Amino acid sequence: MSDSVELLRSMLRVRRFEERCVELYSQTKIRGFLHVYIGEEAVATGVMSVLEPDDAVVATYREHGHGLLKGMTARKVMAEMYGKVTGCSRGRGGSMHLFDKENGFYGGNAIVGGGFPTAIGLALADKMLDRDRVTVCFFGEGAMAEGEWHESMNLAQLWNLPVLFVCENNLYAMGTALSRSESETNLAIKASAYEMPAWTVDGMDVLAVADAARRAVDAIRAGGGPHFLEARTYRFRAHSMFDPELYRDKEEVLKWRERDPIDLLRNALDLDDQTWQQMEDEIAAEVEDAVTFAEESPDEDVADLMLFVYSPDSSAAGRI
Amino acid sequence: MGMFLMPSLGADMDEGTLLEWMVAPGDEVKKGQVVAVVDTAKSAIDVEVFETGVVAELLIEPGTLVPVGTPLARIEVQGAGKSAPDAASVVEPARVAESVVESAPEPVAEPAPSAPLPHLAPPIRHLMHQFGLKPGDVRGSGPDGQITRKDVLAAAGESGGIAVAAAPVPTIPAPPAPPSRPRVTPRARRLAQQRGIDLNAVQTSGPVTGADVESFTPKAKTPVDRSAAMRKATAALMSRAAREIPHYYVVNTFDITATLEWLREFNAGRKPRDRVLPAVLFLRATVLAAQAVPEMNGTWEDEYVPSAGVDLGVAVATRTGGLVTPRIVAAQDLDLSGLMAHLTDLVKRAKAGRLKGGELQPGSITVSSLADNGPDLLYGVIYPPQVALVGVGGVAPRPFVVDGELAVRTTVTVTVSADHRATDGRTGARFLAALGKALTHPEEL
Amino acid sequence: MATITYREAVRQAIRTAMKDDERVFMMGEDIGAYGGCFGVSMGLFEEFGPERIRDTPLSESAFVGAGIGAALGGMRPIVEVMTVNFSLLALDQIVNTAASLSHMSGGQFNVPVVIRMTTGAGRQLAAQHSHSFDGWYAHIPGIRVVAPATVEDAFGMLGTALADPDPVLFFEHGALYNSKGELPDDAGPVDIDKAAIRRAGKDLTLITYGGTLPTTLAAAGELAGRGIDAEVIDLRTLRPLDDATFVDSVRRTHRAVIVDEGWRSGSISAEISARITEQAFYELDAPIGRVCSKEVPTPYARHMEQAAIPSAEDVVRAAEAAMRGES
Repeated sequence: MSDSVELLRSMLRVRRFEERCVELYSQTKIRGFLHVYIGEEAVATGVMSVLEPDDAVVATYREHGHGLLKGMTARKVMAEMYGKVTGCSRGRGGSMHLFDKENGFYGGNAIVGGGFPTAIGLALADKMLDRDRVTVCFFGEGAMAEGEWHESMNLAQLWNLPVLFVCENNLYAMGTALSRSESETNLAIKASAYEMPAWTVDGMDVLAVADAARRAVDAIRAGGGPHFLEARTYRFRAHSMFDPELYRDKEEVLKWRERDPIDLLRNALDLDDQTWQQMEDEIAAEVEDAVTFAEESPDEDVADLMLFVYSPDSSAAGRI
Repeated sequence: MGMFLMPSLGADMDEGTLLEWMVAPGDEVKKGQVVAVVDTAKSAIDVEVFETGVVAELLIEPGTLVPVGTPLARIEVQGAGKSAPDAASVVEPARVAESVVESAPEPVAEPAPSAPLPHLAPPIRHLMHQFGLKPGDVRGSGPDGQITRKDVLAAAGESGGIAVAAAPVPTIPAPPAPPSRPRVTPRARRLAQQRGIDLNAVQTSGPVTGADVESFTPKAKTPVDRSAAMRKATAALMSRAAREIPHYYVVNTFDITATLEWLREFNAGRKPRDRVLPAVLFLRATVLAAQAVPEMNGTWEDEYVPSAGVDLGVAVATRTGGLVTPRIVAAQDLDLSGLMAHLTDLVKRAKAGRLKGGELQPGSITVSSLADNGPDLLYGVIYPPQVALVGVGGVAPRPFVVDGELAVRTTVTVTVSADHRATDGRTGARFLAALGKALTHPEEL
Repeated sequence: MATITYREAVRQAIRTAMKDDERVFMMGEDIGAYGGCFGVSMGLFEEFGPERIRDTPLSESAFVGAGIGAALGGMRPIVEVMTVNFSLLALDQIVNTAASLSHMSGGQFNVPVVIRMTTGAGRQLAAQHSHSFDGWYAHIPGIRVVAPATVEDAFGMLGTALADPDPVLFFEHGALYNSKGELPDDAGPVDIDKAAIRRAGKDLTLITYGGTLPTTLAAAGELAGRGIDAEVIDLRTLRPLDDATFVDSVRRTHRAVIVDEGWRSGSISAEISARITEQAFYELDAPIGRVCSKEVPTPYARHMEQAAIPSAEDVVRAAEAAMRGES
């Protein structure tokens, strides 16, 4: 039972963090593009709850929640959103390029499909170095149209790589509905064409997601090769901050909101108000602390602009 | 009191137009509630408030364009209200299927209009705003009086696309093309400037290159022409010296009777062409003094740069009445005979106008001598960028005190002009003393 | 000392690296059972096995990206992209991941991957198989771009590239594979930072790299017969550029002609020309000349292809123009 409460807490933490980001963006504290995970929390929370600390995660530009769940502090993420030097990427990446080497979080990628080859490469290294590690690659269903998905699925299966492909199917690739972009909308069937075990799960039910992920990860660790999980979910907000959502019906959104993963679990656990409020208060304090930290953090020194173009000990460092 | 501000909704959004309010003063609002519609360059968007409370005052009229961050309304914030809406919860049993046969996702319906103006979809609102139309201006022909795109266009009187008249672009007439420059390479230009060579005098078949300038020797076409150019170059250099160098002077008179006697003996056993002229004594003494006091042997460009060796400049009068100062490089390595040989050669070629490029580069110190029948004293002008000039006055018999008694001796007065940025009087004096010592101890020259 | 071909030199370098460091492995199309499209990896499959000489399907983006991921995971991969022409399919991985990751992550990740590619024209392989994109890639910050032109460099630069903490693109011009040179028995890794003077001269500087080095040296020989003493510089690395060496040369000779097999406009020859102008303007006695490929997709017919790419005659003509002070 306490595991489930932890799951609820994890989802709520992501939710409140993202909501705060929305507000900060409209106040121009966060700039560029902002893609929030609101509504989809059960997928990352469920999958990542079954991972070991040294398992690797590759994600997308909608990755703030994934980063937090992988062990990044709210401070580091918020400071990065603010573009401050104390952010995980020294403020250079922003919302779409969160990285954390220490926690095995390999980004953060603004190119749809760009993370697949990285994920299979990490898994290849694990295999060649005989490391017991799983690499999880999160992506949206839109990425399955990219050539990189097909190439990577094929290679992963061909070489029996320890990768878990998690498709967060929220039905819309930006403004394009699944039915308008995929000839085969049954995504697990698409994946299974690569001879890969492929399962579909209700992405609004975090317990179902965790269960499916556990089975997949266990199978991968036992040498069963790559697996594919399609989690059916929905983003309650627009694709990014600026999106008038002309492509979907407001009623459809309301209908999915009835299956808000946080509400679903909360009601299933029959949590008392006091416990809930305490959770909310703690999370609110953590988020506000992160905001204050970000506000007060310094910018990176412009003099360091060329730093890390190459590794600092490289003979190429500082040269063009 | 909370403020509802014009939000930033995108990376390239700087301003937005408030299209309409969905709330009025006195209305209760909850965090996350849509309270207004904002139009941007791309589309109309519903915007939400981030606080829970009561609308106190609407600050901006619909139709106003304001920058992002402008306060749009004041909200009286109440105590911590419930932030999570109480949604009716439906718990679906967890299902995990190995092979999946699910129905395809629902097709996307036409975007439904939102309260409280049920007849206006955002794109329609946007279109109307572009034409400056208000809801009352357009008659809706759709179901339930819904306004369609055709209705808007009809009301606006347009047939199709929205035309934006392009403002005429004023063109600035191009200035007339300048006459083409003579073809001189950058390097040639630089070398010519450094050496004071007039490029017009350098003639070649193709573009003038650095090599052309280096090998250029002024031809004696018309002596007048050449001397005018030389005069000009000298004038420029001397003006610069006067402008930039704060001169100070130290002067002393030396008894060179014994020295000249020594020289007579030195020359006695030598063939005429190996004989050393008195002028060389002053050159040699200057070299030794320069080595003894290196602060006087170098160049000044923002700071003093000592010269490694002594590149001795020698002022030579030319046939046309001008003055050139070719240098003897590494003069410290030459003895009296060597210096004599160089001096003779330099003077000959200087008078013939056949000096080499390297010789015309600035030396590290220069000697200007009017020793032959010249005036008593010469206050010379330093050749920039050098920091000293040795001026030698006329050699002649003069009254002099020897062992406390008045005598007639052959004397010479040497004036050292020095750059006060590089040295001060004490250093100049030391230099002059060293020079005098060398001059009066010929066996050590 | 042994006389070997450029191809053999690359092979020996790979073998040496793989024997010395078990983290090194190679991936690419037909490098294993087939022995490599250009025969570079012939014999390595038998020696090291299918795990370390790993044949891939035709999936440039995935296997170049996998090389990047494997490098992140602690290996030292060599990715062979059959030719630079196919690397376009992996451009996203090279530019948006390999080149960007270090800077973008605030220095957390470095990507020690070496990507080898065959490049260049001259063998009647037509438009889609004859590109010279070495200079194009040299535009991108975050990667190194090297172009060995000699046997010694083909061997020595690969070892250094593999020890480099950052991505290195290693360009092997197809016309060089059969060229022969001497390799000392104790040859080791060589520097990848500096250009090399292949022929000293005082009248003008010819600057080139990779496959056009032989052409440029041939032109220098012809020029010597005509009384023009040309200095020939082999750039060896295109990013970062060793401008100190070629600028110093131009300061001595006062004239420069750049020979580059890329298309002229916006090519790396333009960058080199700009740097010379910036750093040695007042030393120039002639406009800086460029001999590049004509701006056409490479044609198949032999005489047309030869007319399109830089020839020794083109270089001689450009050099003589420079001596006259013309471009």
